[in-house]
Amino acid sequence: MRSRIAPAAALMAAALLATSCGGAGETQEGAAADLDVAPGVTEDSIKIGSHQPLTGPAAPGYVHISTGAAAVFDYINDNGGINGRQIDYVVKDDAYDPARTIEVTRELVHDEEIFAMLGGLGTPTHSKVVDFLNDEGVPDLFVSSGALMWNQPDKNPLTYGFQVDYTKEAKIQGQYIAENMPDAKVGYLHQNDDVGTDSENGLEQYVAEQRVAVESYDSGNTDVGPQVSALKEADADVVVCSCIPAFSALAMLEAASIGYEPQFVVSTIGADSATLQGLLSEFAAEAGQDDLPAEQMLDGMIYTGYFPSVTMQNDPWVQLFSQIYEDHAEGDSPMTNTTIYGMVQATLMGKALMEAGDDPTRQSLIDAVHEQDLTGPGLVPFASGEDDHGGYSGAQVLQYRAGKEPEVLQDAQVTDNAGGEITEAEVDRPGPDEFGFHDE
Amino acid sequence: MVSLSDHESTSRDKQPESTAPAPTVGDRWRALPALVRFPLAALAAFAAILALTSVTGPTGDLRIGSVGYYMLAIAGLQLLIGYSGQISLGHGAFMFIGAYTMALLVLNQPALPLWLNMIITVVLSCTAGVLVGAATARLHGPYLAGATLALAVGLPALTVRYPELLGGSNGLAFSTRGAPASLAGVITNTQWQAAAVWGTTLIGLVVLATISAGRLGRRMRALRDDEAAAGLAGIPVGRTKVIAFVISAGAGGLAGACQAYLLGTATPSSFTVTLSLSLLAALVLGGLGSMWGAFFGAVALVYVEVWGEELAHALALDSNVANNLPIVFFGVLLILVILVWPRGLHGMASSLADLVRRGR
Repeated sequence: MRSRIAPAAALMAAALLATSCGGAGETQEGAAADLDVAPGVTEDSIKIGSHQPLTGPAAPGYVHISTGAAAVFDYINDNGGINGRQIDYVVKDDAYDPARTIEVTRELVHDEEIFAMLGGLGTPTHSKVVDFLNDEGVPDLFVSSGALMWNQPDKNPLTYGFQVDYTKEAKIQGQYIAENMPDAKVGYLHQNDDVGTDSENGLEQYVAEQRVAVESYDSGNTDVGPQVSALKEADADVVVCSCIPAFSALAMLEAASIGYEPQFVVSTIGADSATLQGLLSEFAAEAGQDDLPAEQMLDGMIYTGYFPSVTMQNDPWVQLFSQIYEDHAEGDSPMTNTTIYGMVQATLMGKALMEAGDDPTRQSLIDAVHEQDLTGPGLVPFASGEDDHGGYSGAQVLQYRAGKEPEVLQDAQVTDNAGGEITEAEVDRPGPDEFGFHDE
Repeated sequence: MVSLSDHESTSRDKQPESTAPAPTVGDRWRALPALVRFPLAALAAFAAILALTSVTGPTGDLRIGSVGYYMLAIAGLQLLIGYSGQISLGHGAFMFIGAYTMALLVLNQPALPLWLNMIITVVLSCTAGVLVGAATARLHGPYLAGATLALAVGLPALTVRYPELLGGSNGLAFSTRGAPASLAGVITNTQWQAAAVWGTTLIGLVVLATISAGRLGRRMRALRDDEAAAGLAGIPVGRTKVIAFVISAGAGGLAGACQAYLLGTATPSSFTVTLSLSLLAALVLGGLGSMWGAFFGAVALVYVEVWGEELAHALALDSNVANNLPIVFFGVLLILVILVWPRGLHGMASSLADLVRRGR
């Protein structure tokens, strides 16, 4: 008997040692979180959280997303809230540093006990908390980034995208160029991360034969002179700029200074005309040029968009948003497309919460997101079904006109982010009064 | 930490009574050899951390863990700047190396245990320290600062150069094994992670404290005070400098590995020049020339921002002001502390303790 106990004990000890000293990367799958709960919901309030770059390198421009969202929530609260509950919108500053994002997200989930996350901003930042939010069972709605990774219902069942992803948008740009400027030589200028690679994947499907140059920039280096010169050398007539606003502006200034006048085609992330004007004047002033005709420089810029821009003053949603902004936004900066971006997110969130019922749980919120058509203010259909978490699924092609409404060059088109066809979008766009919480 | 200060305060409490030459507890404590004293203090500190994390929530655990790895990085910097007198503006680069080593090991060799990953990290970052230290051994003052600054600016760009391996500017994300199954229900995953970080930090601190209390530490201080005199006294100037650089690089790398392990990510935007400068600012704020300075500096680095945010919230300020208040708060604190107590928070603590003692 004794001879058997000793090996058995040794084996058990070895097993214990092996499990306690297991590989650092060997993780076990936990059970799915319980969604039939409603933390952050009280008799008269619902707590919604977000992480945003309020300071740091990404703050100029993007800081206004949460200003816009807060204004809409304030408006909803003034009109009686959602099913009698006031929305408590908590924004934490992560300075666009993933390490901070992780900290503030845990704070939001564990200390603030938010009901859901809305519009966490940035690919490098939000990608680090997606697993955490899904493990904790926190609905992670309308991520503020066009990366493809938010649309993975199998892996991240609680994460939903918002803006049109970079590949879909680039496919629509590519097709427009191939059809309308078949003889043009095309150059790409893009950011050297997923924005660049995803956009290039889309463009290549349509303009591979017209492409004469591919240039990329690093967001840490503000000198785009070499890239713009290379595009000029290659005689590119069209420059597709998949850039953030600062770099769209830098590229345009650089081109102007070397006497290069290509047709710019800019993605939504970098085409906010009001922000661009501000940046153009600012950069020109830094270079000692105070009288830059910023608005004229943008005249003729082709861009893609999936929600109405601030210059479309006849659009009922823009009219409502302008009114809300005037009445409820703090600060005195002018309303921009970036503000509208946050306002659209908040509008969709309000709609989903309203449909989640009188006693919302996280499950009923997710059900509402699945069942409702959340297109709302958008110009293209919004995908938020069980199998497609892609958000806005296409874009319009527009042209900026100085001092006028932008011209729609091509109506809204939708597509997928693989090799699928591009088709005409069928949008049933509800007006603000049909959306529910706007009745006075 | 807590228990260490307890020991000291016990000694102070008893001093006025013990007019007899009988040794007090504090004297006996200080008479212990460093190799016994530091590990004992570390064990007591570890117990205090375990006790502390058992009452805090997951966010608290994360912050306590952050204090841990920052403290290790700052302590390494303390050895370099406070003891050997060399200025490095690029310590974030070694944290970068450590964090990416840990991330790549976890992602590509998931079967390796955590302690082995930590050891590999230390070896790699020490190697980087040898290369940098040897190249910069002849530089001093502002030239060394400039060279290390270049390292901090340049190194994170590697991620963009090799996006397949290093994940580009979005960095790497991974998850690590939490508390072992046999401890389920006793401690949570976040507690386990905070304990693992502090365990590593304390081992690192024991090594650093032992070095600085021994011959090498004495040589470094001699070098700091007068390089020519130290050379004349037979101290190998160049070698001692490089050794100090290598040790502090190892501490920085280990701190980076702890950060990556704690947060489950390594991203270039976490390792900007701002991080290197923050470490230096925290070191000066905490106090140069004492390992306690590293502790105060790390606490300030993590908590001043939290308090600043709470203050901004309490004052209900305009959002433009409120967003930037935590940074301003840290800056004002730094300026005030340096003006009033040039030896930093550690200097403040000891002069307050002196006041109390004299007041008796």
